[in-house]
Amino acid sequence: MEIEKFSYDNKIVKAFIIAAVIFGLVGMLVGLTIALQLVYPILNFDLQYTTFGRIRPLHTNAVIFAFVGNAIFASVYYSLQRLLKTRMFNDNLSWIHFWGWQLIILAAAITLPLGITTSKEYAELEWPIDISIALIWVVFGINMIGTILKRRERHLYVAIWFYIATFVTVAVLHIVNSFEMPVTFLKSYSWYAGVQDALVQWWYGHNAVAFFLTTPYLGMMYYFLPKAANRPVYSYRLSIVHFWSLIFIYIWAGPHHLLYSTLPDWAQSLGVVFSVMLIAPSWGGMLNGLLTLRGAWDRVREEPVLKFMVVAVTAYGMATLEGPLLSLKNVNAIAHFTDWIVAHVHVGGLGWNGFLTFGIFYWVVPRMWGTKLFSNRLANLHFWLGTLGIIFYALPMYVSGVLQSLMWKEFDAQGFLVYKIFLETTVQVLPLHLIRAIGGTLYLVGVIIMTYNLIKTAYAGKFIPDEAAEAAPLEKVYKAKTGGWHHQVLESKPILFTVVALVSILIGGIVELVPTFLISSNVPTISSVKPYTPLEIQGRDIYIREGCVSCHSQLIRPFRSETERYGEYSKSGEFVYDHPFLWGSKRTGPDLHRIGAKYSDTWHFNHLYNPDVASPGTIMPSYPWLFEQHIDKSLTAGKIKALRTVGVPYEEGYENVANDDLDKQASAIAGRLKEDKIDASPDLEVIALIAYLQRLGTDIKVEKTASTQN
Amino acid sequence: MELIKNSLQAVDTILIWSIFSLVVFFIFFVCLLWWVVVVDKDYITKMKNIPIEENKSEYNTSLNN
Repeated sequence: MEIEKFSYDNKIVKAFIIAAVIFGLVGMLVGLTIALQLVYPILNFDLQYTTFGRIRPLHTNAVIFAFVGNAIFASVYYSLQRLLKTRMFNDNLSWIHFWGWQLIILAAAITLPLGITTSKEYAELEWPIDISIALIWVVFGINMIGTILKRRERHLYVAIWFYIATFVTVAVLHIVNSFEMPVTFLKSYSWYAGVQDALVQWWYGHNAVAFFLTTPYLGMMYYFLPKAANRPVYSYRLSIVHFWSLIFIYIWAGPHHLLYSTLPDWAQSLGVVFSVMLIAPSWGGMLNGLLTLRGAWDRVREEPVLKFMVVAVTAYGMATLEGPLLSLKNVNAIAHFTDWIVAHVHVGGLGWNGFLTFGIFYWVVPRMWGTKLFSNRLANLHFWLGTLGIIFYALPMYVSGVLQSLMWKEFDAQGFLVYKIFLETTVQVLPLHLIRAIGGTLYLVGVIIMTYNLIKTAYAGKFIPDEAAEAAPLEKVYKAKTGGWHHQVLESKPILFTVVALVSILIGGIVELVPTFLISSNVPTISSVKPYTPLEIQGRDIYIREGCVSCHSQLIRPFRSETERYGEYSKSGEFVYDHPFLWGSKRTGPDLHRIGAKYSDTWHFNHLYNPDVASPGTIMPSYPWLFEQHIDKSLTAGKIKALRTVGVPYEEGYENVANDDLDKQASAIAGRLKEDKIDASPDLEVIALIAYLQRLGTDIKVEKTASTQN
Repeated sequence: MELIKNSLQAVDTILIWSIFSLVVFFIFFVCLLWWVVVVDKDYITKMKNIPIEENKSEYNTSLNN
């Protein structure tokens, strides 16, 4: 058969690697900054654009979508071409993908510090950016599927299955979770409310971890680990079982993020069962990776690339054992809302994603520049700094998480909470947070050293933009060797493969989400729960803008330790008008669901202006700009209309008089402040925020008062 | 949509969803395991060597012989 000559496109891989390294440095630097802000609140600089609540999502988005995202694309574009023995489908699509993705990152870097956010974790970007992400993702998909269709290798190696599953599932997750009702060009409300919004969000959030941080990286592991070790994967059979069972099970496990919440019990149990089952495929994959090195462990001592990969795969194993354990209700009762979760995600992020990325870059860059790595010693130094960084990060956070939980739940002999004031528990763990920041610094220094090493490597060699290759074309008519319907047939038909993968993940999604949406009994209504007033909506939007949800949950779990501290546990029916839900996932500060009417307006006013005066020793930043900026009343009508469209029962035409009600409520608050000798214009943003905080969790108190009177 | 909604609302107990999901997964997994056990050994060997032998141009046609 005639051999065809062609070339692999290294230019696009180079661009994605450069972007990944730059955004990795930026994202980790922001991470270090927010870690230090939690110890030294002065580092918030009293500026709205640098305050913790606004730049915490900047960190998560930068490391997940900019660093890991670009690393995924670099690795996919490198390995896909070689596994399929063809150049990418279309160079123009490759560059549209590259620049489109970088523009999205730029948009995120601008909008998040400005407080333009949906507040849904890892899906904070507003609707025009969401649409751009969908379009660029489709470009990536077309380019990938197109490449697969013009391949010169009949069968799709397992790494490509993981890439296909990534493309298909992320598309589904992103579209379903991003349903929102625009108010303005950069403001929208989630289509879903309360418990349903929470379920969709964590179905997305969990599977973003699964299909953005895990499946593409497993594909990368299955390609680059055998390449670096120069031996085939330990068990290809295991990789097949690994793939199908992983994508099938992962998609069901989302509700484990909502244990002891108001989510229906059956959905919680479903999440737990499938989470525990996840151990099997995850460990199957980890063992497959580690056993690939059988007989080559001597090389791990000398080869930094393999060192990084071994720690990465081990971290994957640790994180995927810990994840299912955390989803057990009794463990979750301790760990949820604490630093334990932060430790867990960073073992995965720093260990699995970070180290596999570094290993791949150390392996790929010398090959693309036709030279050797500039310095193995520097790579080894990076390895040890990174490993120590992970340990110094994770260990104190584990200790801190357990400490927090024990303190939150500790009762004295008389049955009173020992740490009645939440702040006492926050202050106790600050030294551990400082050690965590040291761990982060070590890790970041390692990445800086890698950057230097890779740049020197590139300068020492000569970049090969188009790598020559040759292969025979596919035969036009293909007959499966063993006959009948087999997996081989599936692998040789990429479109069919994609459809089967899509169906696999959709089954889990549909079974999990549909009943909650369609059966009304899943969300019991409470008659006294009423829609927010116009001023409260404005206040809620400020709460969202400032990222208060980063540190404060709004979900009281049915534990005595929580009802004693915060009040009545949260009910599903209380959240039916919450677009989006604001349950949060971390308690750096106390839960706020029953904060309404607990303190006076004056207390909130002083607390937001200077938290340290109201709560000495607090690490909460000040919000001085809320005392200068005015409520944008021109948006009230639009907000009412948008909320009505998504199901909040405001009367037709209410938007025309909403600002009158807003003014009335704001004047009442300003009046109460005046009684305490505080002069504040009713138009200030802080007034709206106080109105919202004072409303929180009070609706069922109205019902109680009413029933007591009856 | 109404049709789906009505039939879903007619489901007596929501528990059926979790049982259904487990059954679907169980059947899928058993079929997959069965296939992996009976699959052709040569095919497995060829597949696992794809990344290692990707530079050998003669390889890709060998499957089609």
